[in-house]
Amino acid sequence: MVENKRWLDVLAHAVLILGLLIVVFPVYIAVVASTHTSGDFLTGMIPLLPSTHAVENYKAVLFSGIDNSGTPPISLMLFNSLLMALIVAIGKIAISITSAFAIVYFRFRFRMLAFWLIFVTLMLPVEVRIMPTYKVVADLGLLNSYAGLSLPLIASATATFLFRQVFLTMPDELTEAARIDGAGPMKFFRDMLLPLSRTNIAALFVILFIFGWNQYLWPLLITTDERFYTIVMGIKRMSDAVDAEPRWHLVMATVTLAMLPPIMVVIFMQKLFVKGLVETEK
Amino acid sequence: MSTKRTIFRNPALPYLLLAPQMAITIVFFLWPAAQAIRQSFLREDAFGFKTTFVGLANYTRLFHDPVYINSAKVTVVFALSVAMLSMGLALLFAVAVNRLVKSSQTYTTLLVWPYAVAPAVAGVLWWFIFNPTLGVLPYLLRQIGYDFSQTASSTDAMILVVIAASWKQVSYNFLFFLAGLQSIPKSLLEAAAIDGSGPFKRFWTITFPLLSPTTFFLMVVNVVYTMFDTFGVIDATTSGGPAQATNILVYKVYQDGYIGLNLGSSAAQSVVLMLVVIALTVIQFRFIERRVAY
Repeated sequence: MVENKRWLDVLAHAVLILGLLIVVFPVYIAVVASTHTSGDFLTGMIPLLPSTHAVENYKAVLFSGIDNSGTPPISLMLFNSLLMALIVAIGKIAISITSAFAIVYFRFRFRMLAFWLIFVTLMLPVEVRIMPTYKVVADLGLLNSYAGLSLPLIASATATFLFRQVFLTMPDELTEAARIDGAGPMKFFRDMLLPLSRTNIAALFVILFIFGWNQYLWPLLITTDERFYTIVMGIKRMSDAVDAEPRWHLVMATVTLAMLPPIMVVIFMQKLFVKGLVETEK
Repeated sequence: MSTKRTIFRNPALPYLLLAPQMAITIVFFLWPAAQAIRQSFLREDAFGFKTTFVGLANYTRLFHDPVYINSAKVTVVFALSVAMLSMGLALLFAVAVNRLVKSSQTYTTLLVWPYAVAPAVAGVLWWFIFNPTLGVLPYLLRQIGYDFSQTASSTDAMILVVIAASWKQVSYNFLFFLAGLQSIPKSLLEAAAIDGSGPFKRFWTITFPLLSPTTFFLMVVNVVYTMFDTFGVIDATTSGGPAQATNILVYKVYQDGYIGLNLGSSAAQSVVLMLVVIALTVIQFRFIERRVAY
């Protein structure tokens, strides 16, 4: 920094430690609550220190679910979430990288039209077209299916723009060299473009995985069969158990399990995550 | 629109490459959007037997409906509160991290992960903490004589959803502010320091104005986030209540359409929201293009 002032450094540390406390607090409470028995909540306040029932609580939610909420075992919901997040992430990347390739490297009729039709999807978040999209999915017979869970979330203008941006920065000489060597478009795509956009693909994957995992409204609407429940929407079903106080210790164990995978992804892939975030947004 | 100098020639291939994205866009985006627009001009009786064309009636009714007007006001209050709170905190953290050279990486890692928590999960977490009978914070507030209850008080409910929505968004804003701070040339700050201006003066006269593009960008992104991505926060905490106090526009579309089955009104609301998104997207893009220019 410009000058050396000890007290400013101390102030900065103090601010950040306070910030960390705020950020960590809810998660700490959830983890602590997940280690108690239901009786511990009758005393009137959330326990602030962990207890010893973690293993049995997690075992209970993972393999048998919560008996009074009509939700399946959490392991099944975790699997559904994982599958949905993977299909959304891989599907989005696959369709947007090929369409970006078409738009950048070919000249054809309706190219502008296609570009604008894709662009429009930026402005139609699933929340605002919820009823008619639901109807389309129902008419196609996709309610309660993995395709229904993931397909409507797959089209994405941001990913197409990102790849378009990446391709536009690739030197023309590369394409010329490939053409002189007699490479066709698909060979060029596979052997040049894909390897060169490897880090972009990985960064985008991290962001999209989190996006898919965290979906809530969509699975809530289109799944009535508990075999297709995802964990984020399942939590809601558990916490409004109809005529009983929710079983907080089990709900919080579920919350902890639902947060863990995406948080792990962010922490272990921080570099890629930041790259993906900054690039897809801008 | 820019293309490459060197391109490939193939009559069918580009269409084939575009086909999957076009198919999904048309089936799941454009077709439903068109349906929403069509539906917004129709009225359907309760059993769905008869639909009549009613022109703009759904819209005029909407704008004369005090519940809808209230929902719009609630959305504005919610969006601005979340934007202010989460951006204010994020800026504070970013400035602090930017000052610390050695430990900045550690702090960044510790601050960014809430981004990965689903809005609905963030809602459940804060709902638990603010639970009137066993929550930690209501307990503490009772000690100082404030009886917190998100099910009885509109203000308390709004505070709850603002906190839950902001908590998740701080990390996102933090990353962008930090990137903004790191791109400010050190020489400017050094020159100001030599001229004798103190750290706080430097922040307000140099750093803060130079951050204004980032701030503006984040403002738009945050408003979009609170308007559209906080459905889970609302549904998992207050479900729009008490007495409509947290029934934001997106939530009302769902309530009126999916639960109330008032399709005409829900569709008209969707169309209004689409116009809002279009406006916000245009602002964002114009701004970004201008930024790319220099």
